[in-house]
Amino acid sequence: MSKTTDDALPLPPPGSGRRRVDPFLGIALAASAIIMAFILLPLVEMVVQPSLEDLRETWSDPDVIRAIGMSLYTSGTAALIAFVFGTPFAYLMARKHFPGKRLVESVVDLPIMIPHPVVGIALLSMAGRHHWFGRILDQLNIQIMGTVTGIVCVLTFVGLPFYINAVKTGFEAVPARLETVSRSLGASPWSTFFRITLPLAWRSMLVGLIMCMARAVSEFGAVVIVAYHPMVAPVMIYERFTAYGLKYSQPVAVGLIMVCLVLFLLLRWASPRKGGIA
Amino acid sequence: MIRVEDLAIVLPGFALEDINLQVRAGEAFALLGPTGAGKTLLLEAIIGVVPIAAGRILIDGRDVTRQPPERRRIGIVYQDHALFPHLTVEENIVYGQRYCRASLPSVTPLVERLGLTRLMKRRIRSLSGGEKQRVALARALAVAPSVLLLDEPLSALDPNFREDIRGVLKALHQDTGITLLMVTHDFAEAHFLAQRTAIMNHGRIEQIGALETVFAHPETPFVAGFVGMKNLFSAEIDGDGAQIGGLRLRCRNPGGVFHSIAIRPENVGISLQPQDAPTVNHLTGRLRHILNRGFYADIAVDVDGVSFHAIDSRRDICRSAVAEGETVYLTIAPEDIHLIRDAHEGTLRC
Repeated sequence: MSKTTDDALPLPPPGSGRRRVDPFLGIALAASAIIMAFILLPLVEMVVQPSLEDLRETWSDPDVIRAIGMSLYTSGTAALIAFVFGTPFAYLMARKHFPGKRLVESVVDLPIMIPHPVVGIALLSMAGRHHWFGRILDQLNIQIMGTVTGIVCVLTFVGLPFYINAVKTGFEAVPARLETVSRSLGASPWSTFFRITLPLAWRSMLVGLIMCMARAVSEFGAVVIVAYHPMVAPVMIYERFTAYGLKYSQPVAVGLIMVCLVLFLLLRWASPRKGGIA
Repeated sequence: MIRVEDLAIVLPGFALEDINLQVRAGEAFALLGPTGAGKTLLLEAIIGVVPIAAGRILIDGRDVTRQPPERRRIGIVYQDHALFPHLTVEENIVYGQRYCRASLPSVTPLVERLGLTRLMKRRIRSLSGGEKQRVALARALAVAPSVLLLDEPLSALDPNFREDIRGVLKALHQDTGITLLMVTHDFAEAHFLAQRTAIMNHGRIEQIGALETVFAHPETPFVAGFVGMKNLFSAEIDGDGAQIGGLRLRCRNPGGVFHSIAIRPENVGISLQPQDAPTVNHLTGRLRHILNRGFYADIAVDVDGVSFHAIDSRRDICRSAVAEGETVYLTIAPEDIHLIRDAHEGTLRC
């Protein structure tokens, strides 16, 4: 067999074939490592600090279980409200163009920017008996101050932008032409939404629900103004920290982290691996 | 039958104005125009998803202007197929059947005819471009629409599939007699499928007529350019003479007021030697450039400051190794000079 031209080429010196790390990739990896450490270190520290005895004692405390349950219940209800009212709103924002749309989008984002105690104060000032809205609520026997209703209100307020923005992006990813074709084939707008848009955008809706609920579970500033009691987990953590110190607040925090982690992993697991828009 | 009367659509930054169009029952009609002319917008107005500012739309004599899309009985096939990605081929095809009040024929013959029988259980993402377009056609036809709108049905396909779908469309139209309104920017494509055409530009219809008529007798400078008359000049036309700058050409004036002339590049004869006998419209010019296109060459020649385009179909000029700036001779028959009423707004000088 004749010798090929490649065979005749001089061999590279040993070790020169080692892959060089791309500087850009290196910087990106270093930044990623710093961010992961920044997020995980305090959380891991908090989780490993309490003894098993402390954790067992705290998690068998009915007040702790009630507070975590209240957090999940109120944030879940807030997410449900965001789903019911936010879905048509997000669809409208994704599909329609109208004067002032940017302004409406900015208004939707306002709850992200406003300091959350301000949200609580604003809601309370509206719900008082000196305000016309408060008087209507009073006549309907709806109480905001110190009630589950009040907590759900503020959690919906802070969680809505996360749901609406995620779902709007999902609807925008569904080509409007699919809906046009569906309508041309005889389907009504309702039928088109449920047979075409929803099956293609439901993953975004699930992500929106997770984001909304996650934001609501972690809310403290607005809740503590509207309703110190019934106590949600963040308020309980704060109360135990101020009254008894770090040692007593940590096990409650660990409990809340664990419950949230399991919940969100379950939701992520339930969302489809594939699908979406072809 | 599709009838569009005085249609106007006003969108931010774009408008369709004064659209009047009639597609006869059983006819294949091509809506031609460059990208951004408003062709797809007009289709979507006929479908009913674009709000119209004025005018009427009639389908088979029914005024559907105020009807929602689901009640218009218009099928549409898009360039990108717009198939429902979460459904199978079969689910896509029968999608609209549940909404039809009248009993529909089985889709089986249609499916067999389009060669989709073995694909019925497949997911959309596993299909080729040609297969997707067949499914889109089957889905639109499965609900027995009054008319079928095709939005650039062949543009997104590679040449093999294009040939295939073109044949399918032609055969379907011939066999079913369905009214077709097809949007395209390709004159050859329109020629294969349609009998009549409307040329659109900047939201207006520039000319409507039989394809051959529009091709041979464009009425506006834009249409002339669109159908390939690259030599387009503003001219002062006086009897049988057309004055372009300092150049005078003999033409055939059928009578009327004209402000432009248009000549196809293939009707501009080019040679390296002057004619022996005196010839009408025999021009002496300088070769500006040659663009070799493989089977033919595009040649630009300057004659007294006027730039002419010719096609060297046998590539004689290419082979003769003539250099840019050398003298060449053009001959244009008076009957090949097309007269246009409107003034051409483009440049005259090279």
